[in-house]
Amino acid sequence: MSTTSNPAQFAFLSRILHWLMAALLIAMLFIGVSMVRSLGDYHWLLAIHRPLGITILILALIRLVTRLSNRTPPLPPTVPSSERAIMKLSEFLMYALFIALPLVGWAMLSAGHYPIVMFGSFHLPPILPARPELYATLRKTHTILAYLLFLAFLAHMSGVLFHQWVIRDGFLGRMLPWTVRPQKGEGRG
Amino acid sequence: MPDSQSNPVSEPAPAPFQRKGAIGRLAAIGVVVAVIAGLFLYAGGWLTPHALTPATMVNTFEHLNGVHDGFRRNHAKGVGVTGYFESNGQGQALSKAQVFQPGRVPLVGRLAFAGGMPFAADSPHDVRSLALLFKTADGEEWRTGMINIPIFPVNNPQDFHAFLVATSPDPSTGKVNGAAAGAFIGAHPETQAALKILGGNAPTSGFGDSPYYALNAFRFVNAKGESTPVRWWAKPDQSFAPANAAPADAATPGSAPPPTPPPDKNFMFDAVIAQIHSAPLHWHLMVIVGQPGDPTAQAASQWPADRQQIDVGTITIDAIQSEDTSPVRDINFDPTVLPDGISVSDDPLLSARSAAYSQSFTRREGEKKIPSAVSTAEVQK
Repeated sequence: MSTTSNPAQFAFLSRILHWLMAALLIAMLFIGVSMVRSLGDYHWLLAIHRPLGITILILALIRLVTRLSNRTPPLPPTVPSSERAIMKLSEFLMYALFIALPLVGWAMLSAGHYPIVMFGSFHLPPILPARPELYATLRKTHTILAYLLFLAFLAHMSGVLFHQWVIRDGFLGRMLPWTVRPQKGEGRG
Repeated sequence: MPDSQSNPVSEPAPAPFQRKGAIGRLAAIGVVVAVIAGLFLYAGGWLTPHALTPATMVNTFEHLNGVHDGFRRNHAKGVGVTGYFESNGQGQALSKAQVFQPGRVPLVGRLAFAGGMPFAADSPHDVRSLALLFKTADGEEWRTGMINIPIFPVNNPQDFHAFLVATSPDPSTGKVNGAAAGAFIGAHPETQAALKILGGNAPTSGFGDSPYYALNAFRFVNAKGESTPVRWWAKPDQSFAPANAAPADAATPGSAPPPTPPPDKNFMFDAVIAQIHSAPLHWHLMVIVGQPGDPTAQAASQWPADRQQIDVGTITIDAIQSEDTSPVRDINFDPTVLPDGISVSDDPLLSARSAAYSQSFTRREGEKKIPSAVSTAEVQK
């Protein structure tokens, strides 16, 4: 009786990673947007922002591997093919942003001649040479990608809630961390 | 809409789309989205456009000094220096940072004038700065920006902004509004006290004979995990020479004023260039050890004079470069870039400096660079 064998849901690890990353990413977006306008709280927010970003990068890579190496549960019949294409695209976009945002942040600090401090004496090496114009471009890119991720998150959440609350096709069950029996349930065991 | 796939969904949705209550449920989704988006806008400051932010702080510098593309918005006129720090090991009792282990650590630094004018004329009456970046073998960095006055006129970023606006010359008239300055000082006894102390300090003549103070308090953490409040300053080996009171010798009655040409705009930079070319400059890095109860969030006041001071090593500056060729042009001397073993205190100015410097850095790094006032040819003279 494996917990991952329910064909109506994503793999257990995928589901856990989804909710963990959702919490971290939302926290990260709020930290980022408050940090850049803050004077007194800037330092501690930034001190969280860097290691949290790298944590998200690591989780995103694990999640990508998990996603590619597991079967995905079928979409309910309430999802028309046009919407399937949008879902694929938005999933791809979100994975791309999960990975690109921390990488751009890391690259931006490298180009800006900053040490990439994680915690204590642990720091990461630069991934780009120190180059001012590169820093300026990456700094802007980091902001734009973050806004894009926030909009993607809102769209994703709205879409899922639409299925769950308006169409009521049990769409959210595919990703819930606990086991949800398929709608035409064949029971347990 | 043609649907080529054998998807059972098209016009007459067989899904149990329940019209009853659908509007309410749609509205619920709208509320969830609006609340999250609203919180995001609030967090990002879009709903409080008049709050003081790093951007408005730097805007004020730009308003007062003009925008000088490619230059720092404050401490705009400067040069790069290099050298090394020779630690004597005395700092290890208080901090586990590798920089305090006995030995040599390379230094990259910057000498500059406070203020946002990159081509202003040098004056010993203007505040000067020494910024340093220590990079140890373990890859950690310690960046510190110090100025030649021992205390700051204010204790927090809001007061700093108000002080700056009240006491700077109005860019349209070129005059300080005395009433505004007086009102600010009258309402801030700590500023009044600080200015009194600062007024009693005779400025030095140049960059080399100046002490430089880190102003803000920090915390040193040693290998045992003990945390100590500290402040530090660089004590010059070069002997003090007072700044010339400008027109003092023109007071001889009857005789024509001596035809002394006005000093070169860069005369203080030229002097330090000549000094470094003849012999390296040295400062002792002095750590002032705070006692429990010494305020760590009051940059406008000094700690009692009897606090222990530890000489932790010698700063040597043996080369000088124009900003045009020095890496310091593109280094942000953010005082919160610290190695493990040094951490920020609760002084709100530290975080605010970090935030405002970052804003200034981001702006200038994206701008076209023009040659600095102190040119490459000048530093080779």
